Amino acid sequence: MLNNSMKVEFSAITENERFARGVAAAFVVGLDPTVDELSEIKTAISEAVTNAIIHGYEGRGGKILMEGVIYDGCVEFSVSDEGVGISDIRRAREPLYTGKPEDERSGMGFTIMETFMDSLDVESERGGGTRVTMTKKIGRVSP
Amino acid sequence: MEMTIMGKYQTLVIRPDSELDQHAAEKIRVGADKLLRKTGLKNVAFDMRRVRFMDSSGIGVIMGRYRTVCAIGGNVAVFGMSPYVERLISMSGIREIVIIAERLQDALEEVAGIC
Repeated sequence: MLNNSMKVEFSAITENERFARGVAAAFVVGLDPTVDELSEIKTAISEAVTNAIIHGYEGRGGKILMEGVIYDGCVEFSVSDEGVGISDIRRAREPLYTGKPEDERSGMGFTIMETFMDSLDVESERGGGTRVTMTKKIGRVSP
Repeated sequence: MEMTIMGKYQTLVIRPDSELDQHAAEKIRVGADKLLRKTGLKNVAFDMRRVRFMDSSGIGVIMGRYRTVCAIGGNVAVFGMSPYVERLISMSGIREIVIIAERLQDALEEVAGIC
């Protein structure tokens, strides 16, 4: 079974959302994911990176660290920022809750990550940044 | 992203590019609101035929246009979705507030209330 790891750091700007999900998709391609699995991973990564840019750094920029590990047919991604952190993680994870209604956020980010990945873990503290870790088993449905 | 004014239907048709993320959504928001203010159009139709990737920012930009035109008695339609985009739209619950159509013509007639 293929085991692999990667780490990439990039600026917290919206131009890099596409870059981040492209890297994530390229990283898992060796696991032979389905088109749907790839879309789900790309969407979940996009949500995590957008959260870091908009909520973590509040659009002021900074660095985002994305790490990936592949083991036993599973992929684990983490997206970390050193931004303002989340004061109430439970509330932030509620569907349709948004900390920034004025910015047209749909409040669906965490719900999408939870739905599209098998597990989602959020570590955060006020002023201490946020780290989102997600795992997904690839190729569960064999042809 | 392209925007087309369909005067007969009082509708602004917004056609996003293939990747509808926060970066693209912000451009649509700014461009569409400017045009809506300038033209006084009441309705918006999202042409999703080009969209291959979307995240919750796409849902946000549709919801946002709904809020804008709802205040002036207009409607929002979404048409030409891939199964993946449709899945995200269904998860969000915006099906309850926007018109879902298959083709441009259906979308235009429904937002303008002539069907």
